Amino acid sequence: MIKRNQLVLGNKSLKDITDDICAPVESVPSKGWVGIFLVSKTMLLFYVFVLGMIVAHGMGLLGVNHPVGWGTMIITFVFWIGIGHAGTLISAVLFLFRQKWRTSVARSAEAMTVFAVMTAGLFPLLHTGRPWLDFWLFPYPNQRGPLWVNFRSPLLWDVFAVSTYATVSMVFWFIGLVPDFATIKDRAKTKVRRAIYGALSLGWRGTARNWSHYEMLYLLLAGLSTPLVLSVHTIVSFDFAVSNLPGWHTTIFPPYFVAGAIFSGFAMVVTLMTFLRIGYPEFRDYITIDHMEVMNKIIMTTGLMLGYAYGAEFFVAWYSGNPYERYVFMNRAGIPGTSGDYAWSYWMMIMCNVVIPQLFWFKKVRRNITAMFIISIFVNIGMWFERFVITVTSLHNDFLPSNWGNYAWSFWDGAVIFGSFGMFLTLFMLYLRFVPAISIAEIKPVLNVGRDDHKGGH
Amino acid sequence: MARKTSGLAAIFTDEAKVLHAAHKTREAGFQKFDAISPYPIHGMEEACGIKRSSIPYVTFIAGMTGMLSGLLLTWWTSAVNWPINVGGKPFFSLPAFIPIIFELTILFAALCSVGALFYHAGMPKIDPPTIDPDLTCHKFAIFVPENDHGYDVAKLEKMFKDLGADEVKKVAEY
Repeated sequence: MIKRNQLVLGNKSLKDITDDICAPVESVPSKGWVGIFLVSKTMLLFYVFVLGMIVAHGMGLLGVNHPVGWGTMIITFVFWIGIGHAGTLISAVLFLFRQKWRTSVARSAEAMTVFAVMTAGLFPLLHTGRPWLDFWLFPYPNQRGPLWVNFRSPLLWDVFAVSTYATVSMVFWFIGLVPDFATIKDRAKTKVRRAIYGALSLGWRGTARNWSHYEMLYLLLAGLSTPLVLSVHTIVSFDFAVSNLPGWHTTIFPPYFVAGAIFSGFAMVVTLMTFLRIGYPEFRDYITIDHMEVMNKIIMTTGLMLGYAYGAEFFVAWYSGNPYERYVFMNRAGIPGTSGDYAWSYWMMIMCNVVIPQLFWFKKVRRNITAMFIISIFVNIGMWFERFVITVTSLHNDFLPSNWGNYAWSFWDGAVIFGSFGMFLTLFMLYLRFVPAISIAEIKPVLNVGRDDHKGGH
Repeated sequence: MARKTSGLAAIFTDEAKVLHAAHKTREAGFQKFDAISPYPIHGMEEACGIKRSSIPYVTFIAGMTGMLSGLLLTWWTSAVNWPINVGGKPFFSLPAFIPIIFELTILFAALCSVGALFYHAGMPKIDPPTIDPDLTCHKFAIFVPENDHGYDVAKLEKMFKDLGADEVKKVAEY
């Protein structure tokens, strides 16, 4: 019989698991944590300044102008939303498929989802140009008619999709945390800690009746999150696909965007998990090399899907016989006879998303922490450029040559992207400090998987 | 489980033993007892005689409500209250409303299911009584309330000791 690898190494007892996972929450943070936190917090302050400048001076600070009316904010919005998707995929889809390895990484991946969606959500709100009027996005009875929102607009679908996604993924994450907060409450040595985690645990007691309802709820939320996560990036792709612009108006967009989202999200999970393994050596028994390898396989698979989508787009552009559609794609790749102004970004994207992940065909690379870290960074960069290619190259040379122009990249564009990482990292660092980064209650039932002395678990 | 009662609690440190003990407690005729564990135990529902959770019904009804709300909202605002011609599309352009209807279905279903858990588990509750702080870490317990049929401290204590309990203690309120 083929043996299963152990999901948790080091012959842990139930008590060891609780002690290991609670340790970062219950001890004084290390110098490394403080260092990274200070850096990311400084980046966040810079971000607040940058966004303040953009709100005060208007969108003119960024390089968006005619004809490139969508720029950094939309690109980075799609980038962060996409990253969020891997978290839901791990926590919900892999749960439905009964993939037991997901337990070790689900909590942090979901935290990543929540923070990435929070980071992403700011961009479209600010990109409206007058964010103080953003409440107009919601259909509420008003004294302007009542003038309702246009439910036929993909941008409004986005409002509903992203806000539902943010709400449901936060609730899903929090429900998973409730039993663990109860654990920390029961271990608390000070009154304040007991009160805070007691409140967060909502009075969880862990009786069999409670668990019965809880498990059912978890299953239902996983079942609801699965179509939700697919719908969210589908609707994000509709923002582009429903328009008539060459390069955007294609039916391949929804699956292509979803595959890209999973691809980039898993790369970010691998990046964060390598940090977690370095920062908290006790977590190496839970987030093992086997876990990392599985995620690298997913990165490679979704990378191949993306490669296929890139190819299919070109084929369909040629096959459509539409000169505008053909031009946009030739222009992307910088084929002579086109302006090719952004061909560098296209080839950067191909390099990072299609060529470099091929290294994961080698088992040695899949199981090497340094290698996977570097590749995951490349994928993150490549996926940002994918959105850049889609957004900018389609807009800058569309139908009429007299209407062509380039993106006037400014300092503030770069500052927004840089700062958004500050927001994300600050939230993630605080999460590592205050919340158990691996699900204590979920890892205990999979403890015996692959253990010889327990018949390999069930 | 809403009212607090006193009773007897047996504490175990082995998953298999507590599962066996739950079976035996049920066979002995107790009905109101509960098993407390740090994580869900495979087979504990059967051992305690707990029925399948009713939350899926809530999810279904809430999802339907969300779907109808989405349909009503988009139809009433776009076709009845203030119809506006957008690119020659029909006022009630159903295909374009499906994303909204879908998202509201999910939102209602998810939030109401969570509400159902809160209702069933009596959450949120401030500082509920605990039998042993290790019950959320590595110990398991069976709690028999004193109002359960056939409650007898001496008999129960002997039964639990025989079943391998590490500790049997009286609990003032749980």
